[in-house]
Amino acid sequence: MTAEEWQIVWFTAWVSALSTVIILPFGLALAWALARRDWPGKSIVETFVTLPLVMPPVATGLILLKLFGRRGVIGGFLHNQLNLDVIFTWRAVLLALSVMSMPLLVRAARVAFEEVNPRLEQIARTLGASGLRVFFTITLLLAARGVISGMLLAFARALGEFGATIMVAGNIPGKTSTLSLAIFENVQIGEDTHAYRLLGVSVVLAFTAVWCSEFFLRRKK
Amino acid sequence: MSLLLKNISLSLADFTLEVDVEMHRHVTAVFGPSGSGKTSLLDLIAGLRAARSAFIQLDDRTLTDTTQKIFVPTYQRGIGYVPQDLALFPHLSVRRNLLYGCKSGGANDPSFRFDHVAEVLEIQPLISRGVTELSGGEKQRVALARALLASPRLLLLDEPLASLDASLKAKIIPYLARVRDEFRIPMLCVTHDRFEALALADEIVVLVDGQVRQTGPVSEVFTRPASAEVARLVAVETLQPGSIMNINEGLATVSVNRVTLTALAPPTASREVFVCIRGEDVVLQHDTVTTSSVRNRLPARVVSLHPEGALVRVELDAGFPLFALVTRAASAELALHDGKAITAFIKAPAVHLVPR
Repeated sequence: MTAEEWQIVWFTAWVSALSTVIILPFGLALAWALARRDWPGKSIVETFVTLPLVMPPVATGLILLKLFGRRGVIGGFLHNQLNLDVIFTWRAVLLALSVMSMPLLVRAARVAFEEVNPRLEQIARTLGASGLRVFFTITLLLAARGVISGMLLAFARALGEFGATIMVAGNIPGKTSTLSLAIFENVQIGEDTHAYRLLGVSVVLAFTAVWCSEFFLRRKK
Repeated sequence: MSLLLKNISLSLADFTLEVDVEMHRHVTAVFGPSGSGKTSLLDLIAGLRAARSAFIQLDDRTLTDTTQKIFVPTYQRGIGYVPQDLALFPHLSVRRNLLYGCKSGGANDPSFRFDHVAEVLEIQPLISRGVTELSGGEKQRVALARALLASPRLLLLDEPLASLDASLKAKIIPYLARVRDEFRIPMLCVTHDRFEALALADEIVVLVDGQVRQTGPVSEVFTRPASAEVARLVAVETLQPGSIMNINEGLATVSVNRVTLTALAPPTASREVFVCIRGEDVVLQHDTVTTSSVRNRLPARVVSLHPEGALVRVELDAGFPLFALVTRAASAELALHDGKAITAFIKAPAVHLVPR
């Protein structure tokens, strides 16, 4: 493998891991709210969270492009107030991976939270534990297998993201080029050997992540 | 303690739970058939559910008042709760379960110290185990200890014995009685078992379909049920303190107000018992029979007759107040009237002995 290829592998793995860490608090909070609370508009939010799973990734990417471009609602604010550009930078990769992998984490964590017997949480409260303490000492620990499995799935999904990423981040060598973008590009320009080497790496990474995810789900079942 | 439950109204699936009672005794049993709203009532007191309208006050502290929008969150109520399924945390060891609610720096009340609670409930040998390695009775004791270690001001017990078989029940009742006597903590105990209520409680609240049908001292509710419905539910018309004089071949000889009765020996060693006899187990006859399989034959005098639908509840003086339920026709044939002499027959297995 060339230095350039290694850079692509590291960048992809690193941004995927970072996106998983970033969506974790939001994903868990949302999953908990969906599993344990009833609130107006819940079904709408539920649907929105799942949308990126079923919509064409390129379409999701287009929406993000419109929102985060310099003339977009969020992108304009970031550019003017914080002098921060997102589109066609590594931040755009991070954004695309986060949005695309979030549904997997939320769905897995939600199921895991729903499987925790609410009576255990209630009795923990009668023992003097506040809501936050109950969440961290009872709910999260009992749902840990499902949550970890969801994190690994989200990570694996991020590794392979293509459509949304190419819309918002382009494919800039050394800056925003990820494994899938590089594979596509190498095939396009006839560099099949490069493509196959990167293909091998993505298979190994994805296999490991999914296998670990299944391992955590199976454990103690 | 005083626990006030006022204007409580909570819609449940099949009925509305409506409660308006004051509890002042040490141990109160909430008694009723399954699905009568007993657990929902405990959840309201613990603050795990919110009712449309409720006023709940424990001693001088208002916990819930819907008119004033007061709702003390569960974790600040200081109410221990042992639910029917015990809810031991499966991912924590027995020790960490026990310490979960332990106040750091020790409890205000030294009687809730870890060592003391562990000693009273005999859980020292269990501490290093995992929760899944405990037997049913051990789980029960750990759940009780865990609730006590949080130094509660009131202990709620939901069907503490329902999941245990008869021999385990007999083993757990003394522990519950010890908790009651040792910690002097007020307890509210939900049960549908009349003997459990009798063994533990001073006061009883009868709850049917979400409505309170009767409240009062246990002995009073059991001997003078306010309605035929409550009578059917408690089904113990005669309740008298007695003491076991001797036990021979599984049969106990009990003295009740100097009258001797034969009963099946109870599983516990306690000598002081309540003697319980259901009205329909008492047969009235003019004493012409010379030998009979019936062990208890008591000469009695009719004190009063209370018609209850197709039946007549006959209050007798057999050396102690004894109640019999007979049909109207039987009452007429026997020509029962106040002051009439008659013999009451009770089979030994119909005389239930409950430790007191």
